Amino acid sequence: MSRERILEARDLTVHRGAVKVLEIPELDLRTGEVLALMGPNGAGKTTLMLTLAGLLAPSAGAVQFKGSALQGKGDREAFRRRMTMVFQDPLLFDATVAQNITSGLKLRGLSAAERKPRVVAWAEQLGLGALLDRPAHQLSGGEAQRTALARAFVLEPEILFLDEPFAALDPQAREELIGDLGHLLAETGTTAVIATHDQGEAARLAHRLAVMKEGRIIQRGGLRKVTNHPEDPFVAAFVGMETLLKGQVAHCQEGLLTLRIRKGTGSGEVVALGEAEPGQTVLVGVRPEHVALSLHSDNTSSARNAFQGSVTKVIPQGPFYKIELDCGFFLTAFVTAQSLSELELQPGRRVVASFKATSVHLIRKEGLGPEV
Amino acid sequence: MDLIWEGLRKALELLLTLDSEVLRITWLSLQVSGAATLISLAIGLTLAVVVALNEFPGKRLVIALLNTGMGLPPVVVGLFVTVLLWRNGPLGSLGILYTPSAMILAQAIIASPIIAGISLAALQHLPQGLRLQILALGASRPQMVWLLLKEAKLPLLAAVMAGFGGVISEVGASIMVGGNIKGQTRVLTTATVMETGKGNFDVAIALSLVLLVLAFSVNAVLTHLQQRGRRP
Repeated sequence: MSRERILEARDLTVHRGAVKVLEIPELDLRTGEVLALMGPNGAGKTTLMLTLAGLLAPSAGAVQFKGSALQGKGDREAFRRRMTMVFQDPLLFDATVAQNITSGLKLRGLSAAERKPRVVAWAEQLGLGALLDRPAHQLSGGEAQRTALARAFVLEPEILFLDEPFAALDPQAREELIGDLGHLLAETGTTAVIATHDQGEAARLAHRLAVMKEGRIIQRGGLRKVTNHPEDPFVAAFVGMETLLKGQVAHCQEGLLTLRIRKGTGSGEVVALGEAEPGQTVLVGVRPEHVALSLHSDNTSSARNAFQGSVTKVIPQGPFYKIELDCGFFLTAFVTAQSLSELELQPGRRVVASFKATSVHLIRKEGLGPEV
Repeated sequence: MDLIWEGLRKALELLLTLDSEVLRITWLSLQVSGAATLISLAIGLTLAVVVALNEFPGKRLVIALLNTGMGLPPVVVGLFVTVLLWRNGPLGSLGILYTPSAMILAQAIIASPIIAGISLAALQHLPQGLRLQILALGASRPQMVWLLLKEAKLPLLAAVMAGFGGVISEVGASIMVGGNIKGQTRVLTTATVMETGKGNFDVAIALSLVLLVLAFSVNAVLTHLQQRGRRP
């Protein structure tokens, strides 16, 4: 991306008491991009976001907005009028929807005549047109969060910070709102940072990912790069690579690796693409969307890896189902509702799980130990 | 029984004929307690905002002291203010002992911790993230404080009512620092005490009725402000 840097963080640290809760050597945000900060609770996502937003002064280091550092209180205060933030709780004022949406504009001293058309327009954008006069405490969770988003978008922020904005919503409201937000971000080209612990949310909204753990960013990059090429087991598990097996390279021939993995009490073989020395220990990762299920092993398939196994669990996940399998090792697969009924998938059902050699992701890491 | 009926009859007579002495006493009560409540509101809100929005060592101790102050006995305050304003006391040169000013001072000391304590609880009860949300919407610090107070309007007005109720009804401090001087520092409570002591139950009952009506009226206005714009 050749777009200019809008926000740069350098050598940021935040201490809480004597404990260092955030350590970010460098992080850039470019105009128009959506960056997702991913990580479990307590990973430091909110702390990083508050620091980037100028709402929390770092213990050391600096944040630069368009090339000039936010140093004193005055700088941060001026910056606060050019960005805004939406939190997990809508945090609406005890007033009507319209009064809530207009509140940021009012703080900037805009007249009622200037505010009104903008408020109405953004209420429409978020489907709140009919609710303008409704008191905030009568709104549903989804409507309240929509109001919070309208209150943010109406400010036309140069950067929009979103801290787990959907975490408190029921699945249906969440689904609709993610769709609408993605649409609005794309349409307005708003630069945004979104904190989430949900991989699906990040995949649908973000261009880039930064995965956080214990106050640090442990991997960042383009969405596809991080989800398909996690650099360590933590990131892999976090971006939905649920199956991670320890494997030992048995042999390597013309870019095709045969890996020995533990399977039940014995061992099995996985074929993958890559170069490695025989005897080397690696982690073998397979994403559930890359695993196909069938009732009989199919010799005509191009999938080089096929394992007999039995279904242990069927988990509905919106439009599809996640199937957990015991193939002597743990494996998950995504299937549609149609496949679920055609294959009569239920706990105990025997199936064949297959995946291509090209779908196998290898993580080389020191200290995995030699044994398989 | 006769005593009560006779008292009520006389009371109504005093009220309906708008007895000038009763009117004067009522007006002074309202002025003294109103002024004391306003001063306490300024002091109490400031204290509550400072304590609520800042982290400092000893914060819990300060909160505990404020909460203790909510139950300050009026006679103790009366004694303290009397000593303070005594001719050769620290503030004796002001010469305001046995004047309405002294009563306002004493009542403000009684009401300030009440208003501060309830306001502090009100501000601390607001959602955790609200302060950051308001700042993120671009508020300056004074704007943020104003919006927080607006959000806490309901309990803050309850604090004002509690403060006013505490001082309009107290008698100990008013009698000690005011002296119940006719035409100068006689208020509803001190007059009621005196008339009861003299056996003039009719007048005492009349004054008590006025006190109740006054307290009700002021609270009715505040309640209207508090509940305005809320639907059942």
